[in-house]
Amino acid sequence: MFTASRTRDGLTRRRFVTGCGAGGLLSALPLPASASPVAPGAVPAAASATWNLSVGRRRIEIDHKVLHAPCIGGTVPGPILRWREGDHVTLNVTNTLHDEETSIHWHGIRLPANMDGVPGLSFTGIPPGETFTYRFPVQQSGTYWYHSHSGMQEAQGLYGAIVIDPRRPDPNACARDYVIVLSEWTDVSPMDMISNLKMQDDYYVFRQRTLASLPREARAAGGLGAALKDRLQWSRMRMAATDISDVTGIIYTYLLNGHAPDMNWCGLFCPGERVRLRFVNAASMTFFDIRIPGLDMLVVQADGNDVEPVPVDEFRIGVAETYDVIVQPRDSRAYTIFAQSEDRTGHARGTLAPQAGMTGPVPPMDPRPVRTMIDMGMGDMGMDDMKPEHGMKDMDMPGMSEKDTHMDGMDMSGMNHGDMGHMDIDHMDHMDHMDHYAPSTPVMEVDDPGPPPINVENQNVAKMPVDRLGSPGDGLENTGRRVLNYRQLRATRPGTDRRPPSREIILHLTGNMERYIWGFNGRKFSESGPIRLKLGERVRFTLINDTMMEHPIHLHGMWSELENGQGDYRPYKHTIISQPGSRLSYLVTVDAPGMWAYHCHLMLHMELGMFRTVIVA
Amino acid sequence: MTRALLLAVILVPVTVMPTLAQGSAATGTATATRSTKTAYHAADAPSSTPVVYLGNMKPVMDHASYFHGILDEFEGRYAPGGSDFRWDGEAWYGTDYNRVWLKTEGTLEHGRLHDGDHELLYSRAISSYFNVQGGVRADIDDGPTRTWGALGVQGLALYEFEFQATAYVSDRGRFATRIEGSYDFLLTNRLILQPQAEFNLYTKSDPARQVGAGLSDVDAGLRLRYEVWRKFAPYVAVSYAGYLTQAHRIVHDQRGETGALRFTFGVRSWF
Repeated sequence: MFTASRTRDGLTRRRFVTGCGAGGLLSALPLPASASPVAPGAVPAAASATWNLSVGRRRIEIDHKVLHAPCIGGTVPGPILRWREGDHVTLNVTNTLHDEETSIHWHGIRLPANMDGVPGLSFTGIPPGETFTYRFPVQQSGTYWYHSHSGMQEAQGLYGAIVIDPRRPDPNACARDYVIVLSEWTDVSPMDMISNLKMQDDYYVFRQRTLASLPREARAAGGLGAALKDRLQWSRMRMAATDISDVTGIIYTYLLNGHAPDMNWCGLFCPGERVRLRFVNAASMTFFDIRIPGLDMLVVQADGNDVEPVPVDEFRIGVAETYDVIVQPRDSRAYTIFAQSEDRTGHARGTLAPQAGMTGPVPPMDPRPVRTMIDMGMGDMGMDDMKPEHGMKDMDMPGMSEKDTHMDGMDMSGMNHGDMGHMDIDHMDHMDHMDHYAPSTPVMEVDDPGPPPINVENQNVAKMPVDRLGSPGDGLENTGRRVLNYRQLRATRPGTDRRPPSREIILHLTGNMERYIWGFNGRKFSESGPIRLKLGERVRFTLINDTMMEHPIHLHGMWSELENGQGDYRPYKHTIISQPGSRLSYLVTVDAPGMWAYHCHLMLHMELGMFRTVIVA
Repeated sequence: MTRALLLAVILVPVTVMPTLAQGSAATGTATATRSTKTAYHAADAPSSTPVVYLGNMKPVMDHASYFHGILDEFEGRYAPGGSDFRWDGEAWYGTDYNRVWLKTEGTLEHGRLHDGDHELLYSRAISSYFNVQGGVRADIDDGPTRTWGALGVQGLALYEFEFQATAYVSDRGRFATRIEGSYDFLLTNRLILQPQAEFNLYTKSDPARQVGAGLSDVDAGLRLRYEVWRKFAPYVAVSYAGYLTQAHRIVHDQRGETGALRFTFGVRSWF
C-alpha cells in the first residue's frame, strides 16, 4: 500500500506490538503496510506520504451479527494512516462498491475545501469504479480519524484512525504507541434505525422507569412521593428522564479496534514502560466513558492538539473526539481498558498486558445516568460548586416563579418569549464578569435568533442554560473517581490568533425527540439557509443546548477554540460536546474559504437535520 | 337543547385545535447591550439565494418519507353470551409534516361484521406532539353504508396520553364525534399495561346501524402486553363493548347484545 515509505529517527526506539522478550509473541515487526493487516491498533512503523485506499464491501461477522460492511482494505476499522507534518500527502481512494458512491472525510484535518470529502460541499463524491485523489499539505500533528460522509457508510464500518508525526520532537513519545478506535457493530441498517425511531422514539431504550424500578427510585429519591412527583414532571413534559442514547446496546456490540468485548483486543507492554493510547471515538451514536482500573491516565492530547497533562481516572469521549492518554503500568499483570457506553447498556473492552492472551478483571457497569432539570435547561440547582459567585439562583429573573423554574417549561401559553430574550442578554452580561469567560472584550455584532420557537421540530426551550464545562457529564459527576472535564483542557501553546471576535453567532441546538427531528434554532437542515462567514473574520460561536441530550458539534475545515477559562491557552478542538441544558462558546478564525459542513456528529441527528452548510467567502 | 349540547361536544375537537397547536414564533426583543450591536436574526435563517450544491447533492436527507402500519388490536373476545373478533389499526405514509393515514376498525360477531369504520385522512403536523387530520370516513360492514367527512386531532397529550378526537359530518347532514385515548403503564420494560377507551357520539339516531343520539357506544380495554420485540407483542385483556343511552334502548329492542365484558387475547404488531 505504501509507495513512498519513509523511516524516521527514533522509530527504532519504538516497539509496536512486540512483547517484552526478544522477538515478542506477535511477529508483527515493522512491515510495509502492503503486508498488512498488522495487529489492529498498532501504529504503522513509518509515516507515508502516499496511500492507496480501496473502498469495498466485505462480509464480516462479529458477535453473531453479519454485515456486508463498507470498509477500506477489508477491515473494520480501516488501516491506520500515518502521516508526517509538513508532508504533502496523496491519497488515492478507489471505489470498488457496486452501485453506491463513497467518500472519505479527513476528520479534523485542515485542508482545502475541495479535499474535505463531503459530497455536495467539497466534491461530487466518488462514483463506483472510480478513483479520487486527495492531495493536501499536512499542517498539523496528532491523532485524527477519517470516515465516509456518504450514505451512512460510516455507521457500518467505513472509518479509521490517522496518526500524524509532529515536525518537532514529540513531547509525548512513548515506548509503546497504540490507537484505540471505539465504535459500534450492528446488523441493523441506519435507515431502519431512523424509520423505527420516527415511529417510536424510545424504540431502542429498554432501561425506562417502570413499576418494577419504582422501589429503587423511591429509595434514591428519599420517598415514594418524591419519586412519583419526579415521574409526573417528566411525563407532563412528554419526555423521558431515561433518554440517554437513542440507539443502545440492545442492537449494538461495542468494539475496541474492531474487537467485541469477548474477543479482547490486547496491547502489549513491559512493566514500567510508558504506553501511549490514542483514543478515537468512531461510533456513530455512542459516547464512551473510559477507564483502566489500576492505572492513572495522563491526558496529553485532545482532538490532535497537545494539552497540559491532566491525570485522571476516567474520561468521557464524545462521538468524533480523540484523546491521547499516557499510562505507565508497573506491575506485570493485565489491565482492562473499559469503555462503557454512556447509557450503560454495554461496553467495549480491551486489555493491556505483558503477554498476549492475558485477561484482567472487567469491572461492573455503573448505574445508568438519569436526566435532571439541569439537562432540561432549568438551571443549575445542585451544581453550585461549579459557579460559586454567580449561581443562577442569584439572578434576578422577573416572571419566573419557583414553580416555573421547576417545570412549567412545557406550558407554552404561559411563556413570554420577549422576556426570555431579555433574560438571555442579562445572562450574557453576568457571564462576562465570570473569570472563566476570559474574553471580556465585547463583540461587535451578535447574531442572536432569540429563544427557539416551540413547534413541530422543537419541544423544549432551555430557560436557564448554564455553563457545564466544569462538569464531566451526566452520570460521571459523583462516581468518586477523577473524571476529566472541559475546563481542565489547557493548550501547551498559546493560540495563534489573539484578536477578539468581531462577531458572535448564537445557535440553539433543538429537536423533537417524539417526532425524531433535529436541528438548530428550531429548524432542520432542509428548512434553513447556510451560515455565511467572511474570510479573515474572527467569530465566536455560542451554543445553547435546548435538548436533553449531548451533541458533539463538529465544524469542518477550521479549528474551534473552546473558551473554557484557559485564556490564551484555550484548547483547539474539532468537535465540541454541548451538554444538555448548557451554554458554551468557542472562537473560530475564519481562514479557510469554501463550503464546509457544520453538524452534530451523532449520525442520525445529522442525517435528520442537525446540519448546516457554512460558506466562507 | 340536548341537540345543542351534543353539537357543542362534537365541536370540541375542532375548537381545541388552536390551543393544541402551541406553535409560536420567537419574537426577538430589541434590547441593545453595551457597545454590542445585536442583530436579532438567526445566522442560519432561510435564505432567498439557495445554496448550489455540487452535483446537486444534498449533504443530508432530512426530508424523507416513511411508511408504517400498526395493528393496535387484533384480538378474540370471549364471553358466554357470544364471542367476537376485533381489529383496530392504522397505517401512514409521508414526511415529518405531511402524511396520509388509513385507519380501520371493525368487529366480527356471529359471522356478522359491525362497527366497520374506515378512514382515509390527510395529516398535518401542527405542534410538537399534535397532528390535525382531515378526510373521509366510510362505515362499511354488514349494516347500511354511511359516509362522513372527518376533521380531528391526534397526538400525545400531557402526561403522555395518546389522544384522538375527530368530528364527522355525514352526507345526510348529521354530526358525530369520536374520542379515543390510551395510556401505557410500564410494569417492566417489556410488560406493559394499557388502558384504552373509545367513545362515539352522534347527533341523530340511526337504528339500522345501532346508533343512538348522544353518547352511543363505548369500546374499552385493559390490555397487558409483552413486547417480545418492539414490533410484536401478544397480550391478554379484558375488554368491554357496549351501547349507551338511546343506543342501548335501540339495541335492546332489536334483541341485540347491549354490552359485555369479555376475556380477550390478541397480538399488537407493527411494521
